[in-house]
Amino acid sequence: MGEKKKKIVKTIKVDVDKCNGCRACEMICSSFHAAPQYSSNNPARSRVRVIREPLKDIYVPVYAGEHAKAECMGRDKYVIDGKEYDECAFCRSSCPSRDIFKEPDSGLPLRCDMCESDPTLEKPLCVQWCITDALIYEEREEEVEEEVKLDDVEMGLESLVDKYGLDKIMETVARMSMSKKG
Amino acid sequence: MRYAETGFNLEIDLTRGNIERVETDPGDTELYLGGLGTNAKILWDRVPPEVEPFSPDNLLIFSAGLLCGTPATGCNRTIVSTISPQTLLMAFSMMGGFWAPELKYAGYDKVILRGKSPDLVYLWINNDKVEIRDAAHLRGKGAGETAELIRQELKEPKAQVAAIGLAGENRVYFASIEQGRSSASRGGIGAVMGDKGLKAIAVRGTKDIHVARPAEFMGLCNEVLKYIKFRNENPIEGVMPILAGLGSPQEMAVHDEKWHTENFMWGNSRTRRKDFWNQEVAAKWAETLDKMRTRLISCYNCPMKCGATISAPGLPTYMMKCFSKLTYTMAAMSDLDFGLRIAQRATEYGVDGFSAPQVMAFGIELHEAGILTDQDMAGLPAGNEERFYWLLDRIVRREGIGDVLANGTYWAARQIGKGADAYAHNNIKKHEQLPLKLSMLNPIYFLMYATGEKINITQIEGQFPQAPFATREERAEFVKDWFQVPDEKFKQYLLDWEPRGENSMPHYPTVKMCCDIVDWQERMHYIDDALGMCSGLSSFPLKPPYHIHNYPKFISAGAGIDMDEARLTQAAKRYRTLVRAINIRRGMRRKDEKPPENHWKKRFPELEKELLDTYYTFKGWNNDGIPTQESLHELGLDYVSEDFVKRGILTDQAENAPPGASTEQ
Repeated sequence: MGEKKKKIVKTIKVDVDKCNGCRACEMICSSFHAAPQYSSNNPARSRVRVIREPLKDIYVPVYAGEHAKAECMGRDKYVIDGKEYDECAFCRSSCPSRDIFKEPDSGLPLRCDMCESDPTLEKPLCVQWCITDALIYEEREEEVEEEVKLDDVEMGLESLVDKYGLDKIMETVARMSMSKKG
Repeated sequence: MRYAETGFNLEIDLTRGNIERVETDPGDTELYLGGLGTNAKILWDRVPPEVEPFSPDNLLIFSAGLLCGTPATGCNRTIVSTISPQTLLMAFSMMGGFWAPELKYAGYDKVILRGKSPDLVYLWINNDKVEIRDAAHLRGKGAGETAELIRQELKEPKAQVAAIGLAGENRVYFASIEQGRSSASRGGIGAVMGDKGLKAIAVRGTKDIHVARPAEFMGLCNEVLKYIKFRNENPIEGVMPILAGLGSPQEMAVHDEKWHTENFMWGNSRTRRKDFWNQEVAAKWAETLDKMRTRLISCYNCPMKCGATISAPGLPTYMMKCFSKLTYTMAAMSDLDFGLRIAQRATEYGVDGFSAPQVMAFGIELHEAGILTDQDMAGLPAGNEERFYWLLDRIVRREGIGDVLANGTYWAARQIGKGADAYAHNNIKKHEQLPLKLSMLNPIYFLMYATGEKINITQIEGQFPQAPFATREERAEFVKDWFQVPDEKFKQYLLDWEPRGENSMPHYPTVKMCCDIVDWQERMHYIDDALGMCSGLSSFPLKPPYHIHNYPKFISAGAGIDMDEARLTQAAKRYRTLVRAINIRRGMRRKDEKPPENHWKKRFPELEKELLDTYYTFKGWNNDGIPTQESLHELGLDYVSEDFVKRGILTDQAENAPPGASTEQ
């Protein structure tokens, strides 16, 4: 069991009623994450996407979360106030089932990092540029159990397990230890 | 490495179906910036005056502005340039929306179209892959409908589509190009697109746009955003609400239409209804707007919400631009419910929201006067509003009388004869104007109406208050934080401008001051049109976030072009003069530069002559409005000079000048 620890939870409150669909959030996100910083922009590289269907009055900024290696077993499709949203519309994952939240050149997954930088920004840039207040930044403190941190060996093993499955890894380790001892 | 711009144009020959990606000359960017500036250069070089608007040799250029696709807030305009079938002069209507940045991200600054496709086609630009695709199945479809169908068949929901409706296909002289929540409407450029057999251009881009000095550029952007917030929180006092804030007039946001409905003209720009706006109307119109307006919306990378999605019960949803809200209502002497409903059909057909209602009201008036007979109007319904729907349907299909009216009031009047030209009373250079009829000549507006080559007052006015403030205290308050002025003298002009007495219109501002004021106003619009900036954040409103002092910095840090105020002013003057040169070469002269006869009740022919004489000299034009050899030389436009001499438009001063005359000053 880990110890109790204080943690800052960063939230972007998305008020879709206030979104005007301008996509400044996408633009400034890609500009902030360009290297060197601000040297270029390209909304296709953004870690926030505005799902935007003006004629259906659909405007939903969605942020990139964890990468999913495989797609889900099924899909979801929401209908809210009579508006039907695309399959997986609100999902934050970059996943094999769709092309969003991936670098356009390499296909590598993108993930929102809340504009973590040194010095720390007061708010993520998408929030700063959304002066229509569809995006509001909130921070709160939460007490959480400290995660047990994996060491390097475990981390390496974990990814091997991800790739080949636990049985295969155990079998291989057993065989290797036999032959070393042997 | 090119900054802000991509450095490539697409050259499309629709006759042969040929597509080329052509690298552009960075030297041209320094001289003409981009957007309108480089469009004008291309039209001058490649479209001689013998080329008719509907000739395959006419070019139709879709251009992003120089700073489109950079983080500069509100920089999203597409500048479409061609020769207008209505005015026979250069048309450079523009649209906001999302198209221009997408083109930049796809890797191009312009799409230059020539020739004519034998079949109806559309263009699909997907980064490096560009194809001409069959559009037979889209014939007759609405502009918005077309955009949706194309996105579906390409399976590319993020593609941005600029399309024409039935009006463009049938070469209606006031057909628009519609896109997103915006349109390029003035001058009939949609007709040229239809003539070329091009239904739409769809574009999708996923490449980077670079800026030259990132940190500096971002600093400038942040200042602009901060100032927009400040202006949103601090509207200007003492002016009507629609002029107090930024953006294009906030038509879709406001309910109070007292000012427009009581000061603008109804019908065929005829009737002023001074007591129109009462509580009953206000309540009814507010109910209509609240019921139909789903959301206020913006163009790419802009916080101003100048447009709206409108869902009229029983009709498909569409996106409304600002002043079309009232033009149909007022032309038909009807109410807002009618206006918002017919605008849905008109937007799908793709017609200009200023010209189309006026043309229809003109038709109705001619019928009432007996100039158009019942036979001409066979089938005209009895109800007033039904008549407008009927006329709109005839016009975009060019059926019966619609075929005549589709050419706009100027050409229709000539075709109809029988004194019809007296009813085409609200034109400048053959183009329908805002429905305004006023009392006292405003010398600033006289010059803008007369000499503006975009031929639309909203595209030259701005910056300077439209009327004097009542008291000196108010004026002093206004100039206190008026840092946008190019020179301190403008503050004095305003401080001394009185509503009555010696320092009032028409003789104050003085002729010289008017020249300064109009030149400043026009310069800012031309800069916007080259950079792709929306005039709603720059040249149109009072105290805008973009101005002559920060623009050179944006260009330097963004495009990496060494720029200061003097150089920027010179560049804007260069391509502004080039626009004039194109029109001069097509026959435009002083005789064409006049506001409608009845625009003001109180006219001052001598003062008006002095205004025009002085302004022409101020601009470096001769007494017929033709740029002189000397001023062309100063701007590096000797090639224009040579062409003018060759065509006999100017006589060579060096050859004809009497000895010693050239050094006299």
